[in-house]
Amino acid sequence: MIRYALTRLTLLLVGLLVASVLIFFTLRVLPGDVAQLIGGTQASPAQVEAIREKLGLNEPVLAQYASWMGGVLRGDLGNSLLTGTPVSSELLQKAQVTVPLGLMSLIVALLFAIPLGVFSAMQRGRKAGTAISFASQTLAAVPVVWAGMMLILVFAVWLGWLPTTGFPRAGWDEPWAAIRALILPALTIGIVEGAMLLRFVRSASLQAIGQDYVRTAAAKGLTRNQALIRHGLPNVGLSIITVLGLQIAGLIVGSVIIEQLFTLPGIGRMLVTDVGNRDLVKVQGELLVLTGFILVIGFLVDLVHRVIDPRQREAA
Amino acid sequence: MTYTSTLPAVARSRGRWMRQLWRLPTGRFGIIVVACVALVALVSLFWTPYDPKTVDLAARWVLPSLQHPLGTDGTGRDILTLIMGGARTTMFVAIGSGIIASVVGIVLASLGALTPRWTRESMAVLIDILIAFPVLLIAMMISSVWGGSLWVVIWSVGIGFGVSIARVTRPELRRVLHSDFILAARASGLSDMQILWRHLLPNVAPVFIVQLSWSMAVAVLAEAGLSYLGYGASPTEPSWGVLLANLQAYIAIHPLAVVWPGLAITVTVLGLNLLGDALREATDPTLSRGRDPLHPPRASIRHVPEVIS
Repeated sequence: MIRYALTRLTLLLVGLLVASVLIFFTLRVLPGDVAQLIGGTQASPAQVEAIREKLGLNEPVLAQYASWMGGVLRGDLGNSLLTGTPVSSELLQKAQVTVPLGLMSLIVALLFAIPLGVFSAMQRGRKAGTAISFASQTLAAVPVVWAGMMLILVFAVWLGWLPTTGFPRAGWDEPWAAIRALILPALTIGIVEGAMLLRFVRSASLQAIGQDYVRTAAAKGLTRNQALIRHGLPNVGLSIITVLGLQIAGLIVGSVIIEQLFTLPGIGRMLVTDVGNRDLVKVQGELLVLTGFILVIGFLVDLVHRVIDPRQREAA
Repeated sequence: MTYTSTLPAVARSRGRWMRQLWRLPTGRFGIIVVACVALVALVSLFWTPYDPKTVDLAARWVLPSLQHPLGTDGTGRDILTLIMGGARTTMFVAIGSGIIASVVGIVLASLGALTPRWTRESMAVLIDILIAFPVLLIAMMISSVWGGSLWVVIWSVGIGFGVSIARVTRPELRRVLHSDFILAARASGLSDMQILWRHLLPNVAPVFIVQLSWSMAVAVLAEAGLSYLGYGASPTEPSWGVLLANLQAYIAIHPLAVVWPGLAITVTVLGLNLLGDALREATDPTLSRGRDPLHPPRASIRHVPEVIS
């Protein structure tokens, strides 16, 4: 186990390194003259030179990378080119919206995907099962923006239960208003992501139904569905954990678009704005944090899977 | 699954897939949808009911009627015309990113399967790392340097899905590589490249085509999502994502207009997804049809680099 954890940890570190090199290379080296790019075509040579000086672009590329990474390891992602505020503190502040949004979306997705997925597997070949399967296939094809618009239309415009867009200015000092502002966005991401998860849960359950141990349990007097729930579900749970890593990446991407639609002041919306402003230092930091987060989640998922799956433990 | 077939047999079995595909309801639906979108896109090159750029303020927010089957938007442009133009953009992005994904996928998979052990294994690790980059983040990264355009969408989906194609294709290539007929081909003096083209690629084609179909579905979603964010199609280009972004502000007053572009995207993506599912079912002889309770359909674990838009 420890051996496996160490190998996997090495892979994680290599992954983080590759990610940082790719991001650095794309944003700093590929564009040619970054200072001109940031300054725009209107910038005077003096302004461009000032930007170059500020970013340390006159130093060799390797030294630039080393100083960026040195800062990252100390938790310093540099300062915004536009406002001069530290990128890390701004990320922390925006995370107060994005992290709760992600968690709420994940809860919505799990709450609706797992029961319905198992149920539709039990009802395979019957009307209810086919209907759920068809609905989830369709939902998985719906663009998140549009799903959000339709939910706004129904729950905010027609029924008036929830606010259409925006986040309370006071943030979490007004917890009730903040949660109300996040309900529709979380529902949107949760339903679309959950539709994909549902399809996965369904096929994992179908696979479990066909396993020998479920058949044996059924032969010993349980009904097939009881056998599935008592003996099959732990295995379905295992496979859900493996896809959870993917789902997290999906939640992040979903939040980029959904924060834009609902004008929520989160990391995704900040990224979209910064890309538009060509604030490359901020974009660099945000991309590193987001991909790093995805890689770390993947690492944790693999470890947890290893710990709780007795077959994998014994194989080690 | 044994691969004892030589090239002509592979070619023969291709006709069988098509028939099999048509026999599956999902396959039939997929083929019809994709064919319709392609047809609309082609027609829009030569004819649309109205000129997509003409602004007619007298005909703002017209409800669906005989003159305007889907109504008009806030500047009096015909929505059906805009949707038809959007189909063209969608097809362009789907095909473009499909081509790039194929090239990237084949190159990465070949490097990860056919090279000496050291490069092979590092390639596998690299593929595992690259898979963690969601398409949308790749696109944002490219956009921040070169600005947004449809090419950004094509390249980012192409690269993102190329990596996942490589991840699925690499083990397949490794497996086929150990077949007797590869040994025979090598013994008869074919070079590595010849073996790759004539024997390996045709044999991994089924896995490959399935992934390609799904990657095109992702391309459609990515185009819509990025165009919505303003980093895909420019506001003057016809695009379903741009249309959604334009109509968003009026959703409370003119909800019906917002329905059409979303519906177009959903149906197209659904068609491509189902086509991929059906292709997998039609080309994979080990997959049971699910009627035998002891052998239920194999779990559909498919790797979609996460872009939901």
